[in-house]
Amino acid sequence: MTMWRGAVVGLAAMAVLAVMPACAQSVFHRGAAGDPETLDPHKTSTVVESDILLDLLEGLVTYNAKAEIVPGVAESWTISGDGLTYTFKLDRRAFWSNGDPVRASDFVYSFRRLLDPKTGAKYATILYTLKNGEAANKSKAAIETIGARAIDERTLELTLENAAPYFIAQLAHQTGLPVHPPTVERVGKDFVRPENWVSNGAFILKSFVPNDKLVMVKNPRYREADKTRFDQVTVYPLEDRAAALRRFQAGEIQYYNDVPTDQLKFIRANLKDSFRLAPYLGTYYFVFNTRKAPFSDVRVRQALSLVIDREFLAEEIWGGTMLPAYSFVPPGIGNYGAPAEMAGKALSPIEREDNAKALLKEAGYGPGLKPLTVEIRYNTSENHKATSVALADMWKPLNIEVKLVNSDLKSHYALLREKGDFDIARAGWIADYSDPQNFLFLAQGDNIGLNYASYANADYDAVMKKAAQEQDLARRAGLLRQAEEIFLKDVPFIPLMFYGSKTLVSPKITGFETNVLDRHLSRFLAPAP
Amino acid sequence: MLAFILRRLAAGIPTLFIIVTLAFFLIRAVPGGPFDLERPLDPAVLENLRRVYGLDQPLGQQYLAYLKALLTGDFGPSFVIKDFSVAEVFARGLPVSMRIGGLALALATLVGVTLGVIAALRQNRPADLAVIGFATLGITVPTFVTAPLFQIVFGLMLAWLPVGGWNDGAVRNLLLPVVTLALPQIAVIARMTRAAMIETLRAHHIRTLRAQGLSQTTIVRHALRGAILPVISYLGPAAAQLLTGSLVVEQIFGLPGVGRYFVEGALNRDYTLVMGTVVLIALFVLVFNLIVDVLYALVDPRVRHD
Repeated sequence: MTMWRGAVVGLAAMAVLAVMPACAQSVFHRGAAGDPETLDPHKTSTVVESDILLDLLEGLVTYNAKAEIVPGVAESWTISGDGLTYTFKLDRRAFWSNGDPVRASDFVYSFRRLLDPKTGAKYATILYTLKNGEAANKSKAAIETIGARAIDERTLELTLENAAPYFIAQLAHQTGLPVHPPTVERVGKDFVRPENWVSNGAFILKSFVPNDKLVMVKNPRYREADKTRFDQVTVYPLEDRAAALRRFQAGEIQYYNDVPTDQLKFIRANLKDSFRLAPYLGTYYFVFNTRKAPFSDVRVRQALSLVIDREFLAEEIWGGTMLPAYSFVPPGIGNYGAPAEMAGKALSPIEREDNAKALLKEAGYGPGLKPLTVEIRYNTSENHKATSVALADMWKPLNIEVKLVNSDLKSHYALLREKGDFDIARAGWIADYSDPQNFLFLAQGDNIGLNYASYANADYDAVMKKAAQEQDLARRAGLLRQAEEIFLKDVPFIPLMFYGSKTLVSPKITGFETNVLDRHLSRFLAPAP
Repeated sequence: MLAFILRRLAAGIPTLFIIVTLAFFLIRAVPGGPFDLERPLDPAVLENLRRVYGLDQPLGQQYLAYLKALLTGDFGPSFVIKDFSVAEVFARGLPVSMRIGGLALALATLVGVTLGVIAALRQNRPADLAVIGFATLGITVPTFVTAPLFQIVFGLMLAWLPVGGWNDGAVRNLLLPVVTLALPQIAVIARMTRAAMIETLRAHHIRTLRAQGLSQTTIVRHALRGAILPVISYLGPAAAQLLTGSLVVEQIFGLPGVGRYFVEGALNRDYTLVMGTVVLIALFVLVFNLIVDVLYALVDPRVRHD
């Protein structure tokens, strides 16, 4: 009995001690889906890194709480009539955490570093938009020739290869973040270490132990530091979704942007308003190998796509965390309006089945004709498996025999990238920037790396090219829509669902706004009063 | 004895060499590479990356370069945890894994042997049945079930302990992972000790001791010396495994150990990290097997190395 009492008093004392520093300063306990692989904005590629880097650094433009693009280090910019030259005026309040002003030349240095083949940047392609960007990254032009020039300390001129209305949105991506040139020159790749870190964002990197935590503290020199409400942000890498949920329930973390899908019922019932579900700019799809018969036949592709019950997949298989997709470009994307819509959406299931059977018969498949066997490949995951099984079931009325093959993520994508032998394979795409081009370019004939279907339609490519040169945003949107219509008729990919963002936000946090990019900079969040 | 130890250490070098060679070529034979992502890279970008990491060199040359670096203790840069070298990753993670694993090992040995002895002395009586029941449960229920269960009971329902986190190794944060890790080991050790103890208690020399009217404690002490041998041979590989961390326990409790790298490294095709973990595990296994052999000689006079 006394021992128990002692233990209780001890625990209580520990609890008080643990709470005390929290009174002195406000700490945001932020869960993340894993560790950052790197904090180098030129080597980054993951969402986790994007969340952390956008807290630490600020680009020419940045996101507000709704993930709309707003001025960052650049307070304003002008665009030349031909859409090729962008001139940015830098904010006088923009400083690095060591006191240096953020100069136009810092961005020139950073963009050159991103595109330099010696850096080995995974996302170098995003700034192929810059003049000579692609050539420089492919070692075909000197890195100094890229379209980035500091006119003076506060004026930056960027020149593009082709006009691109999404260029400003691209600059908001984490690869558009600057590095502090003197530090990189001094310590090389170790500039990412806390002891060397120099920030121009709302927070400074204080410590980082992989798999344990990453600590950031408020940057008093940030240009809007007076609006930063948290003194510290601690990021915990939590790969196990279920464990993360328990830590959230225990109050050990206040934010996490994923949930274990198999516990959705429990989450909806128990966490109520702490669980925020919102549309997300991402498409979940399967690709056809259009080089291979019978998938080279558009009628077969149309038939297979037509009979899929997308509502069932989204609601039953994915527990309502996805939305059924009847287009490839997700709704809510910028520079577009309503996406095109695939044929047959309005038809009843029976009509769809009849139409599909007719299409297959035309193509020579069906009862009394050639049998059709299909192999679905997916990367190992319970949800992808369930989705594939459901597809097999939906294709059964068409007399299609389905085989399922799964492999780990790396093997799966290696096979797709190397144009290996497959029939239908699972894929997905999350937007880098809010523009339909960021989805539709996946099906361009010259997109060797990402066009897994090996889809090649000269009309599609021509419309996409025309859209790339179109200056007028409304006319451009019309052209892109035309491209999407061709895509939906040809069905090189079967769009199935649009991703949703699934966030756990503690009631102790205010300022959280759901948005289609699922971007939530810590500086817009605040402790609840 | 010293000569024996030195001889065994020398024999470990070719073993290690063979393991490193096999692992090097096996992991590269697996389809996919460290840069195959859910969102694939542009071929030009991929080429740049391969050049930066030296993957564009012929395989034989990469192998020789790796061996050469390894001799100087350089495990190379990690392909996935890019801001750190493999050596740094281990330098940070290994102490964490060893602390948790070491505590679990100590707890498992202490509790396991005690339970085993108690069960053997009360063979077929309630205490014995309880130990056997517990042991069966401990062996059959995997850690990925016990860990969440402990989190829910002690972290959420009773709220006595934190659900997870390392918190610089605070005792409160260590309790659940250590017990989770120790439970199956306790079960195995208890069963082993019990079986060996029952057998030894029937041996002639123990009967002689009983005939001499010695106390129960003395008899147990003598019997334990013989019964502990199979436990020691089990503890060698078990220690190597526990001290190098556990993927499940580290992921569920969010601990910064090295256990996760064995699986993650392979899944990510993080060649250097996989090689590092292979070398690390091989070293632990070699060393602990040696320790077992030495302990054997110390405990059992019938075994002598010279």
